Amino acid sequence: MGSSILSLIYLIGSVTFILGLKMLSKPDTARKGNLVAAAGMTLAILGTIFLYTSNGEHLHNYGWITAALIIGGVIGVMSARKVKMTAMPEMVSMFNGMGGACAALISVVEFNHLIHRGAGGQITVGQSSDKLLQQLLESRISELADTLALNLNTDLRGSLLIILLGLIIGAVSFAGSVIAWGKLNGSIKDFSFKGQHILNLVVMAVVLIGAVVLILQINEKVMATAVDGHSALAGLQVLFYLVLLCSLLYGILFVLPIGGADMPVVISLLNSFTGVAAACGGFLYDNPVMLTGGILVGSAGTILTILMCKAMNRSLKNVLIGSFGGTKAVAAGGKEQGAYKEISLSDAAVVLAYANKVIIVPGYGLAVAQAQHACHELEKLLEEKGVEVKYAIHPVAGRMPGHMNVLLAEADVPYEKLLEMEDANAELPATDAVLVLGANDVVNPAAKNDPASPIYGMPILEVENAKLVIVNKRSMKPGYAGIENDLFFQPKTSMLFGDAKQVLQQLAAEIKTVS
Amino acid sequence: MEHILSFLHQHIELIYIVILSIFLGVEVISRVPSVLHTPLMSGANAIHGVVIIGAIIVMGKAETDNYLALILGFLAVILGTINVVGGFVVTDRMLEMFRGKKK
Repeated sequence: MGSSILSLIYLIGSVTFILGLKMLSKPDTARKGNLVAAAGMTLAILGTIFLYTSNGEHLHNYGWITAALIIGGVIGVMSARKVKMTAMPEMVSMFNGMGGACAALISVVEFNHLIHRGAGGQITVGQSSDKLLQQLLESRISELADTLALNLNTDLRGSLLIILLGLIIGAVSFAGSVIAWGKLNGSIKDFSFKGQHILNLVVMAVVLIGAVVLILQINEKVMATAVDGHSALAGLQVLFYLVLLCSLLYGILFVLPIGGADMPVVISLLNSFTGVAAACGGFLYDNPVMLTGGILVGSAGTILTILMCKAMNRSLKNVLIGSFGGTKAVAAGGKEQGAYKEISLSDAAVVLAYANKVIIVPGYGLAVAQAQHACHELEKLLEEKGVEVKYAIHPVAGRMPGHMNVLLAEADVPYEKLLEMEDANAELPATDAVLVLGANDVVNPAAKNDPASPIYGMPILEVENAKLVIVNKRSMKPGYAGIENDLFFQPKTSMLFGDAKQVLQQLAAEIKTVS
Repeated sequence: MEHILSFLHQHIELIYIVILSIFLGVEVISRVPSVLHTPLMSGANAIHGVVIIGAIIVMGKAETDNYLALILGFLAVILGTINVVGGFVVTDRMLEMFRGKKK
């Protein structure tokens, strides 16, 4: 009875995940979709706690489970509530890492369980003084070992494969997410060295070879324990933890050299990794809700990752091997640049106030300065003066896809004002002034003109087609990808240095005086 | 070869689920406006927190003297809960801002 109800609950859970994702993909229903999925998750968790049975036995250790749920729940709610809008990407990355770690831990426990369960047929000999009895026992043992082997051949290797997959993917996702988190909040710098590709490949090879050896050896070793005790398991365990360590190392090495424009791709990819790791758990426990949830996220995340790669004209392989570090990029920008010119606040205010059409290009600078409200104020002010104001959103502006949309939505900027890249590029030639707020790589013409540039081929917002470009930056330092931007040195571009929020507020004040 | 075939045969229903889910995931996400990419990623992030069910099973099955399983399982449940709860709350916070904007 209980287990049939549980199956039904899992079915409902799976359906809510599908519905939730579907609703999340439409602006009107997104919030409800999130709640639907959350409700399904709650139901599935409660159902598991109270109704799950294995070989007719209910779960135990309720005290521990409840305590862990409460601790995790409190930490989760607190950190999710407190985090600032700008820090959202790294928060998501951190949560993702937690999921990965959870999957890896499950694998560790299940591995120990697996080898000891397999070795469960062991019988202690030697206590018996009676020779005859001992012989009898020994022949019985070899029989046991044979039957065990028969069961094992179909059993252990398959389970081990799943356990290893969950372990490796979970560990890579955990370590990678922590590094991505550190990078986004600035505590970990881009880091790459010569031969890093080779090291990455070597570490990955160790992981794969270790996994294969484990799978090939497990039946034999576990069977051997039935005869000569647990000593044979030590080797397996050492190898297993070696695979775990190398997976963690790979996660670190894999994210460490990746910088700038690639970070959204990395988070999305790790997100789908964790999905697959969760699905491994589904296989392990024959649990359909883990399977659907995990695989859905895995495939959806992969598609999202590929879409993002396409937006930057890079192959996933290239991102994975991780060559887009700072070193190469600086070399590309080495040639001498011309002079740039600055524009005063009052001039900028006049230019904007007398334009017919202004397009604002927000970037990470806007997010850092928390300038979304100031930006919306400026937009309203200009609209009152009869200026048409729109926002051009590059798919990878900021640190995550849709980052800018979320920020601007927070400041009540209406949807209709946000243009996607292609629409924006169509409107730019008819635009009088473009205001670039802390965006850099996404408006860098080198992506079109300079085949030597690391971002060559990435679609950009073609702001240089507008009549005039005002760029707000804190300094002339290159953007996150570490590349010089020709745009800043073009005759129609003027620079307006300063913190985006302050500059926008001052601009708004100036515009009020222009009549 | 025989083992692989019998393994596939034993798990054929799960394999069906996997394959259909892959297509479903692709189908669902390929029509998403870029506005919703961040919340969607975050929502998906919360959904893969379903791994917590595995952690609960590990915990619940552990013998009371198997400290390795108990400690690791305890940690796993905590981490999984953070993933689920935090993920859904963050997503809700993001989406709260979208509410009522589209008239």
